[in-house]
Amino acid sequence: MTIDWSAFTPWSALSGGVLIGIATAMFALLGGRIAGISGIVGGLLGPSRGEVAWRAAFVIGLVGAPLIYEHFATLPMARVDAPSGALVAAGLLVGLGTRYASGCTSGHGICGLSRGSARSFAATATFMAAGFITVLLLRHVLRLWGA
Amino acid sequence: MNLFVSLVSGLVFGLGLIVSGMVNPAKVIAFLDLAGRWDPSLALVMAGAIAVGVPAFAVARRRTLALLGAPMKLPAARPIDRRVIIGSAVFGIGWGMAGFCPGPGLVALGMGVPQAIVFVPAMLAGMGLYALLERRKQTSTPQAQRLTPGGAGNRRA
Repeated sequence: MTIDWSAFTPWSALSGGVLIGIATAMFALLGGRIAGISGIVGGLLGPSRGEVAWRAAFVIGLVGAPLIYEHFATLPMARVDAPSGALVAAGLLVGLGTRYASGCTSGHGICGLSRGSARSFAATATFMAAGFITVLLLRHVLRLWGA
Repeated sequence: MNLFVSLVSGLVFGLGLIVSGMVNPAKVIAFLDLAGRWDPSLALVMAGAIAVGVPAFAVARRRTLALLGAPMKLPAARPIDRRVIIGSAVFGIGWGMAGFCPGPGLVALGMGVPQAIVFVPAMLAGMGLYALLERRKQTSTPQAQRLTPGGAGNRRA
């Protein structure tokens, strides 16, 4: 393993992480809920009606964040190597998988680990391992894109 | 749930994702690429968030009501079952393919990133498909089985 020191951004990573932590802390302490994105969004599509407004408000805040950020600084660029077909497949897998597992990087990876949940720890270890293996296969074995 | 709290939480969460660099799928992939030139940034994003989350949830766990009066709805401990492992593995494969997970995908959509305009509808379709499959399973499960604890109930994170 070679660490790419030129790409490593420890301070912005930590401060961005602290902001995410503040958002989940607010959501739990003031609102009494877990800030899990897949659960919040998935709940808009499932049978649990009557909880649409607060879920929509959270998503509006999330999608609107770049518009606020733009007023103070230049937005970072987002580079995606995956072709369209792969993006569609990836989206389907992320949507299905996170709902089936009852959580994603936020609900299990941040909130769950903060709560010391063994189930969330297992989830986080599993999606990290699956991500490592997928990137290894795509980039170094099959050399499909982004190599 | 107070709508203003929800809106501001989503906003601060999104700003955190932008500041941390995690809206850039290339940076997420660089973390997942252990065999290449590895960028450990994502680990520090999680560390920063968890450092704030641990004391917050330690307080939240002891309360039955949130500070604004709504009932505290934290998930009860559940066993590590097939659902959480298979679901997380499927999610991890999609995450590794594109470099998007749900939060950054939605923020990138707000930035107008063309690939997010492809990814997010597909993700919503995947979530919708899950809701459809669960509903079908529930209607086809006999009543007695549905009432068994741990049976096909309404599960949420």
